[in-house]
Amino acid sequence: MMGAQEKKVMAEIDPKVLSHVTVVNNVWKVDAQDLYYRELNTLLRALDRNGAEKVELHSVFGQRYIGTDLKTNLNIDIFGTPGNDLAAFMNGPRITVHGNTQDCIANTMNEGKIVVHGRAGDIAGYGMRGGKVFIRDDIGARAGIHMKEYMDKKPYLVVGGTSMDFLGEYMAGGVLMVLGLNLKEGEKHRARFVGTGMHAGVIYVRGDVTHMGKEVKMVDVDKGDSIVIEGLVREFCGYFKADFDKVMSKKFMKIVPYSSRPYGRIYAY
Amino acid sequence: MKSYLPSEFIVERDEDKCIRCKVCVNQCTYETHSYDEQDDVMRSKDENCVNCQRCVTMCPTHALSIKKNPGPFRDNANWTSEIIKDIKKQAETGGVLLTGMGADKPYLTYWERLLVNASQVTNPSIDPLREPMEIRTYLGAKPDALEMDLEDGDIELKTKLAPQLTLETPIMFSAMSYGAISLNVHESLARAATKAGTYFNTGEGGLDSRLYKYGEHAIVQVASGRFGVHSNYLNAGAAIEIKIGQGAKPGIGGHLPGEKVTDDIARTRMIPIGTDALSPAPQHDIYSIEDLRQLIYALKEATDYTKPVSVKIAAVHNSAAIASGMVRAGADIIALDGVRGSTGAAPKVIRDNVGIPIELAIASVDQRLRDEGIRNKASIVAAGGFRSSGDVLKAIALGADAVYIATAALVALGCTVCQKCYTGKCPWGIATSDPWISKRINPDIGAERLVNLLRGWSMEIKDMMGGMGVNAIESLRGNRLHLRGVNMTDTELKILGVKMAGE
Ligand code: SF4
Ligand code: SF4
Repeated sequence: MMGAQEKKVMAEIDPKVLSHVTVVNNVWKVDAQDLYYRELNTLLRALDRNGAEKVELHSVFGQRYIGTDLKTNLNIDIFGTPGNDLAAFMNGPRITVHGNTQDCIANTMNEGKIVVHGRAGDIAGYGMRGGKVFIRDDIGARAGIHMKEYMDKKPYLVVGGTSMDFLGEYMAGGVLMVLGLNLKEGEKHRARFVGTGMHAGVIYVRGDVTHMGKEVKMVDVDKGDSIVIEGLVREFCGYFKADFDKVMSKKFMKIVPYSSRPYGRIYAY
Repeated sequence: MKSYLPSEFIVERDEDKCIRCKVCVNQCTYETHSYDEQDDVMRSKDENCVNCQRCVTMCPTHALSIKKNPGPFRDNANWTSEIIKDIKKQAETGGVLLTGMGADKPYLTYWERLLVNASQVTNPSIDPLREPMEIRTYLGAKPDALEMDLEDGDIELKTKLAPQLTLETPIMFSAMSYGAISLNVHESLARAATKAGTYFNTGEGGLDSRLYKYGEHAIVQVASGRFGVHSNYLNAGAAIEIKIGQGAKPGIGGHLPGEKVTDDIARTRMIPIGTDALSPAPQHDIYSIEDLRQLIYALKEATDYTKPVSVKIAAVHNSAAIASGMVRAGADIIALDGVRGSTGAAPKVIRDNVGIPIELAIASVDQRLRDEGIRNKASIVAAGGFRSSGDVLKAIALGADAVYIATAALVALGCTVCQKCYTGKCPWGIATSDPWISKRINPDIGAERLVNLLRGWSMEIKDMMGGMGVNAIESLRGNRLHLRGVNMTDTELKILGVKMAGE
């Protein structure tokens, strides 16, 4: 028997797309194979609008913008590899990716959560302003660029592996954390130009970095930092079944900007 | 270090007229005037004056006048006073010279060399006072063809039309960001756009929540810093504009200095109070036309394909080829900003040297898109120093769909083009984030002045159209036969696609 909600959604969807959808125990299962991203996202919007709670997307092959323009607390499980701009401008849902993601994940994301059981490409969290992103493995270049915060609106990006260059570039707020769990004993994070142009927010690194931008310094963590770090690590370990004590056994450092006005002295007034 | 810079202006006060009311002391935000209680006399520090004319306008007895300092420097065509002063300033600060507003050099304008046609004898002109003149303009992608069903005399459109902006006059307010200009100016622009049936552009600093109610007449901008960008903001506007570049400073980004990031501005931009708001030149997710397409479609997805997406670039050497790529990337509107485009703050050397005149850019982009058969896929909006309805009309005849004005709008609000916007102390309450100075703009009066300006220009456009015998702006668009050039080389005429006057 179809519920009222199901009937309503079904009525809104293109019959071609409908053949990719099954509902089992209130979980909307979508076979994304051969679905174009516009079809897939139109479907997700219809589900979002009609109060669906759980969606599983199977056989995802590079479809872009999944999670964009969704506003409720939809839970989306993605099996496969979502395309660029996963959760761009996202405003609420919770996405779990069972696989890797591509570039621009969480672009200007406002609220919600993403957990990636794999790696992420370049410019993850560009201009992110809220919500949380957890990535189990490595992350590409320019992660956290332009991340910003205002009052209680604060984004968190946690990376289990290591990152490529320009981590936290132009960062204007929020928390970026790189754990380096896949680094060998004594190996540094390979990222260079970490924090270039950074002028607010904080980057926590477990272990040492190779090279930092001239706008930032590395300092010891204080008590307040430890609380934030422990909380994030605990959450990380929960998602990825990592050993909390082992993660915490290595020293964390924090990277902060020298000034909130890095380029204040360029001009002749 | 002792400054060798002479004062640029001299303040003259007619002591007979001055009643020591101290209006000038309060009005000047550069602390030029002061009152000496002991001697009961007003004093002025000439070196502080930027010649904005605020005190002159506000002085109740008209006792003040500002004169240009004839200058201690000897006349020299190469080593002008401006150049000597610039060098001294840099020797004293070691910094990049900043300036505000658009290029002030005369060598970059074509409008004066383009002349408009009028009907005489062989075809009648139209009297716009008696006959309807259509200047309504739609911006957005147009279909290649229209498919319709005709049933019992009823026409049903079968083609799905792309979202359009409807302009009652082909003039919009160009991007000016909150932070660079005050909230009251934003509100004046928003209300005027609403009343006049056109659009204002938020600029890249977000939209204050108090102004969301004017969203139906807003074009919301997204730039590299992503300030104040979230789904409510994107959905609040009637269209979204991706800012790649700006005519006043092609190739470089924007810095709103931390001291201008006050409480309200921090909230709107979503950054901590007092931090620099940095918008670097590149959008780090755009390195190619394909990447531009990715962002255009991210924005379309974010708004469910209900709003046109505009992409704004500075007019530069390869604009035509770039514009073609932009259209293919899915832009519904192409905004071109010429070398005379204005700004709140830009390095002077870039403002005065980088980019190309908007006249040439409009003509070459329009021609290129026509040649490639994709002109209908995007509208062209031209920006950069439009000073009168004459400029607007010529731009449309060259191939633009509409224009953006910014300086003209600010002048309507009181601006005297003193070029000091970057100081954030605009005595007219325009280019400032200081809540006290901002009060000098009253949005009721501001909106009225702007609506008046648009009304005046619109009537003039209709007048000129009537003179040409054209009763719909559609028939004028890209109709370069209505233009003739004077004082131009063959190459210039060829690029503009106009004939020499007399031909
Ligand atoms: S800066 Fe403006 S207000 Fe101040 S003295 Fe000069 S003209 Fe008057
Ligand atoms: S906006 Fe103000 S500071 Fe800028 S040019 Fe006009 S009067 Fe001067």
